[in-house]
Amino acid sequence: MKRATFAQSPRMVTEASQSYSFSRRAILLGGLQGAVGVALAGRMAWLAIAENARYSSLSESNRVNMTLVPPRRGWIVDRHGVPIANNRTDFRVDIIPDRLENKGHVLGLLRDILKLPPEEMDRLVADLEHAAGFQPVQVAENLDWERFAAVSVRLPELPGVAPTRGFSRSYPAGAAVAHLTGYVGAASAEQYKQTRDPLMVTPGFKLGKDGLEKTLESTLRGVAGQKRVEVTARGKLVAELATKPDQPGTNARLTIDAGLQEYAARRLGTQSGSVVVIDVATGEMLAMVSMPAYDPNTFSDGISHLEWKMLSDNDHVPLMNKVLQGLYPPGSTVKPMNGLALLGAGVPASDRVVCTGALRVGTGIFHCHKKSGHGALDLKNAIMQSCDIYFYEMIRRLGYDHVAPVARRLGLGQKFDLPFNSQRYGTVPDTAWKLRRYKQPWTVPDSLNASIGQGYVLTNPLQLAVMASRLASGRALQPSILADHVHADAPALPIQPDHLQTIHEAMWGVVNGGGTGGAARMLIPGVQLAGKTGTAQVRRITMAERAGGVLKNGALPFKMRDHALFQGFAPHDKPRYAIGVVLEHGGHTVRNLDTPAIARDIMTYLFDRDRALASLAEAEPTWGGDIKTRMAAETAVYRAAAGAPPLAVGAQTELNATAPTDAPAVRAASAADVAAAEDLANSAAPGNTVAEDGTTERDVP
Amino acid sequence: MSGLNFVPAPLAQLPWRILLLVIAIGGFDLFVLYSAAGGSIRPWALSQGIRFVVFLAGAIALSRVRETTWSSLALPAYGVLCVLLVLVELIGAVRGGGQRWLDLGIGFRLQPSELMKPCIVLACAKFYDMLPPNETRRFGAIWPAALLILVPAALVMKQPDLGTALMITIGGVTVMFLAGVPLRLFIGGALALGAAVPLTVNFVLRGYQRNRIMVFLDPESDPLGIGYHISQSKIAIGSGGIFGKGFLNGTQSHLDYLPEGHTDFALATMMEEWGLVGGVLLIIAFVGIVQWGLAASLQAQSRFARLTAAGLAATIFYYVAINMAMVMGLAPVVGVPLPLISNGGSSQMTFMLCLGILMSIDRTNRQTTRW
Repeated sequence: MKRATFAQSPRMVTEASQSYSFSRRAILLGGLQGAVGVALAGRMAWLAIAENARYSSLSESNRVNMTLVPPRRGWIVDRHGVPIANNRTDFRVDIIPDRLENKGHVLGLLRDILKLPPEEMDRLVADLEHAAGFQPVQVAENLDWERFAAVSVRLPELPGVAPTRGFSRSYPAGAAVAHLTGYVGAASAEQYKQTRDPLMVTPGFKLGKDGLEKTLESTLRGVAGQKRVEVTARGKLVAELATKPDQPGTNARLTIDAGLQEYAARRLGTQSGSVVVIDVATGEMLAMVSMPAYDPNTFSDGISHLEWKMLSDNDHVPLMNKVLQGLYPPGSTVKPMNGLALLGAGVPASDRVVCTGALRVGTGIFHCHKKSGHGALDLKNAIMQSCDIYFYEMIRRLGYDHVAPVARRLGLGQKFDLPFNSQRYGTVPDTAWKLRRYKQPWTVPDSLNASIGQGYVLTNPLQLAVMASRLASGRALQPSILADHVHADAPALPIQPDHLQTIHEAMWGVVNGGGTGGAARMLIPGVQLAGKTGTAQVRRITMAERAGGVLKNGALPFKMRDHALFQGFAPHDKPRYAIGVVLEHGGHTVRNLDTPAIARDIMTYLFDRDRALASLAEAEPTWGGDIKTRMAAETAVYRAAAGAPPLAVGAQTELNATAPTDAPAVRAASAADVAAAEDLANSAAPGNTVAEDGTTERDVP
Repeated sequence: MSGLNFVPAPLAQLPWRILLLVIAIGGFDLFVLYSAAGGSIRPWALSQGIRFVVFLAGAIALSRVRETTWSSLALPAYGVLCVLLVLVELIGAVRGGGQRWLDLGIGFRLQPSELMKPCIVLACAKFYDMLPPNETRRFGAIWPAALLILVPAALVMKQPDLGTALMITIGGVTVMFLAGVPLRLFIGGALALGAAVPLTVNFVLRGYQRNRIMVFLDPESDPLGIGYHISQSKIAIGSGGIFGKGFLNGTQSHLDYLPEGHTDFALATMMEEWGLVGGVLLIIAFVGIVQWGLAASLQAQSRFARLTAAGLAATIFYYVAINMAMVMGLAPVVGVPLPLISNGGSSQMTFMLCLGILMSIDRTNRQTTRW
């Protein structure tokens, strides 16, 4: 029988050769085994020596579990140290997922004890599903003592539940400081992804979302503390290790006067307006108010979709910081500045223009706000009476290109170094600007419109106040808001002192000499306000309407009403404070809610606080109470109209909402304002023969 | 060894050097298990100690069995174990799910696959012993041995128990190699295996087995799932450093980060506390045992004894090497315990069985070389 063979040349295998082969192979095997043994020992050495440091730290991070303690945020205080934003003790309840047992039962108990609404329960369940291990998940914050205590007492039934005392942000003045401070909120998922900082997902940690809270974030934040515990792989706590306390953030001191800020906010009443008060000696901003506003306290806790929608829908644009984002034609408030430009160009103050109520330029007619005309006027009287014809005529002769540099020198259209995102800077137009912007030559009507602060001229309320402060001081004051960033020692402006004196006298006359701003007269002995009123038209007035009598603002829809403005300073002889007030679509409808009266009272606060507070206490009830009362009422009405139930306690959503000043509603509102103004300006351009659409300054008694 | 005249002859004849080595390892293991239980002799150290004494006594008893008895028992034992493996499979099929144990009642559970590890060596050795020398390089020298290996390996694989199937296969193949089967076959086989691995991984292995191999190739890909074992074990060994964290001071094991810290991953538990020094000493001890086995095989007179001794020494070696490689992240996690160190009766019993047979062969060697 032939067998298959594996040998190439058949070889005789005997017992002896077999034994020899075995020995060889056994020794080979032993050698291989020894080599493997050496290799294993080598691997051991590699792990235990070369990689020892790495694995030691991994072992340590296994063993020690670190939870972060959110740092206490630095306060924002006013110039006198009064807190504008501080921290209050906050009772909160978290869940440590690793220690949670019998999830359904525990969640049910928490729902009953804390009275959590269904949407909160959904959020909690979702958070727990995505949570890993030892990182706490927030159940509720801002709890009152009773509910906090109720959870604490029942802890034995609630494994994994951790009631803790933390801190949350508090803004004592509420909405009055909303656009100053902004607000804080939990970090968004995107912010966590960008930084990978575990602090971002620590419950109770909030960072600045808007305003100063956002721009001063790095100063205010502080350094997180650490709580270290030894735990088993299953999360069982073995021992508490050393705890590192948090390092609170640095306080930020502002130039703001908290009392004035709140007073100004209240004094604006139901108006959609803004106020800036500047210290004429240093350029420090004492108040920066934009109303109405949101309540930064509730924003920091997270607000509901409904609240957000309510704020977005409001035609008073509470989400917008109007001081920096609102752009308005300055109207007649630029007339003192025009006067300086005329004097600077060599026009004598005594030169007169006869106002007949209208001026024909080319094919168009430009009207004065006083239909019957002012008669013959010199510069001072033109400013006091806010005569349009005087400035039409004088600036027609001079050309606006000689006025624009003075406007810029006084702060219009200028950028200032302030710690706020989303600012808008407005426009001071001239020939070069128009050519750049519209590829069209500058026309005489353009000059005329600009001469009364309309047409292409746009300014924000801060620039208005800066103009007032520079008119008051004759110096190039720079506004500042951080106490350690004051731009003191502003250089003098290239203005002759006698020119400035003339303008000061005219502005004094506006308020105290029978001018248009008589309502701003202060009732404090020795302190008199000098200022200038302004009205900015936002619509076209047709020939037909003018013939039948221009419609009163009260008869117009809100969005069609004129903007009302005021800029001024006090005392008129030794200026200390400058103010700018803008009421969006204010329309000069209610006397004690008009710019002169508001400016007067705010100035009064600076010289006689009690008198100012007393007059406010009288007036406030007539427009529906203080800010909080009115906001609560508005919310209730809106909720009722939307058919939504009363606000649930602890309800939170919209944590990742856009910052208010970046909100779509704000963008839309400011875009619309500017578009309306530009449209109005362009309609007066050559080729468009409706020059009758000149703008007006209504008589302000 | 027989210089001590006052000791009774049977006691003096025992290979004391190797027994002391084994007792040292087994005794050391009690400290490891004591620490693994958080400083307690329960639940592991005490029972492991008792078993150790019982099985060691058993091994000494087996050393009295004559070499020829092993030779004649080899194939019948193999047959019985194969039947038992089939039985396990049947019962497992009835109960649904993997089944490795055969419950013999009275609280004793037999794992036939475990006994198969030394038995396959005996069976293959017996086969080559019976084969006439000049047949060695023929096909007839290969297929019966291959069949001997394939049947139990396949049955164990079906349980499924990849580690044991692997051990049975390489144990048998080692005997084939020692028996003089042409070297080309092994080289060719190794190449074929290399080609077959990807196919096996994709088509033969079950989900969790495939996962283990994938994770072995990239442990960090799954740090919380199956890669967790390897990562945590490496952390334990690496953080132990040269001298270890000290007895009872291991954090990986005490805080439960190291899974299976008292069974398959006992080496990591040990090295976390005893460091590189403990690990290297353990390797040296095992190398000593394996080399003693190989030396016994080289001195053996009969072909059966030679093949058996070398095969059993290799089996012990594979146990140790595969486990260590696995614990240190050099091999996939296949579930091979570390003999004498991992808590568990099966691997202890297998090791003692190997030791007993090796001692029996060693005794025969010394008796025959005496004249």
